Amino acid sequence: MITDPKPRAQAQYWSLPGLLEGARRCGAMVPGTMVFAAAYGTLAAQKGLTFSEAVLMSALVYGGASQLVAMEVWTNPQTLATVLSLAVVTAVVNARFILMGATLRPWFGGLPQWQAYSALNGTVDATWLIAVRYRAEGGSDCSVFVGAALTLWIVWVGSAIPGYLLGAFISDPKRFGFDLMLPIFFAAMFVPLWRGARRAIGWVVAGGVALVVSYVVPGWWFIVIGALTGAVIGAFIDDE
Amino acid sequence: MMNEPLAQGTVIAILAMALATFIARISGYWLMGHIPVTRRMRRGLEILPGAIMAATVVPIVAKVGVAALCAVIVAMISMTLRRNEFVAVGFALVTAALVRAYGF
Repeated sequence: MITDPKPRAQAQYWSLPGLLEGARRCGAMVPGTMVFAAAYGTLAAQKGLTFSEAVLMSALVYGGASQLVAMEVWTNPQTLATVLSLAVVTAVVNARFILMGATLRPWFGGLPQWQAYSALNGTVDATWLIAVRYRAEGGSDCSVFVGAALTLWIVWVGSAIPGYLLGAFISDPKRFGFDLMLPIFFAAMFVPLWRGARRAIGWVVAGGVALVVSYVVPGWWFIVIGALTGAVIGAFIDDE
Repeated sequence: MMNEPLAQGTVIAILAMALATFIARISGYWLMGHIPVTRRMRRGLEILPGAIMAATVVPIVAKVGVAALCAVIVAMISMTLRRNEFVAVGFALVTAALVRAYGF
């Protein structure tokens, strides 16, 4: 299916110029990441996280969609039950990283384990896309992936700060529509995912099931149940 | 015990999220070294990101109402015409503020 013009005979390696090359390849992703991070910061402020807690979450989790969803379902104070819920929601939202990690196996497979597993912590949608493109060009320098990951991590953590300060100063977020950041951003990011009506069946199912569940089951379970139902049904429908 | 407030609950919650994300990031890579991923599983995982978005947006729009619906539609139209998140989010926020200013 994929034509491979350049052979990948070269073994994977690390290099300093690779880090810069990775950073350079982030360019197009930076504006979107900044908006996303600012949206997260705004929500975090509204949900009562302290400044350092908001930054800590960005630094440790480094997963935009999961952090926005977490803010949506965030409760205060946290109990063992809500902590477990958050872990489950995060795992479901970030389940796509499982597939992305799987695709990185042929590239990182020859590295010492600690290096491969460390590098995998830089997996986000953007860095994964960069990795796929770079590999398709025949590249083998793992530093490109790490350079991209570090660059976007800095942008991600740093851009949450103005968002947080903005959110903390806005007493009535509804007036400016900031409480709608999550649905707005998800709706916007949904558009590039469009690959024809057949694949959309799973998404329609996800939205429909989530809507019903949101009226029946209290809390945020509608995201998990809706998304998993849509993905499972979509997986089977596509198989026809 | 499940419903008692935790001391340092926020930090514990953040660590739990970080752990869940870490496991997601390494498990697919690990798995590929051990079992083959079926085609069907791969399809389901491909659909999952969009499914998460739909499952999040639809109930929120239904709950919030007209302002959210207009904002979401404007964001999607903007992204269809021009692939720019800044522009799309900006238009959508202005839309939501305008709709609310007129009392919806």
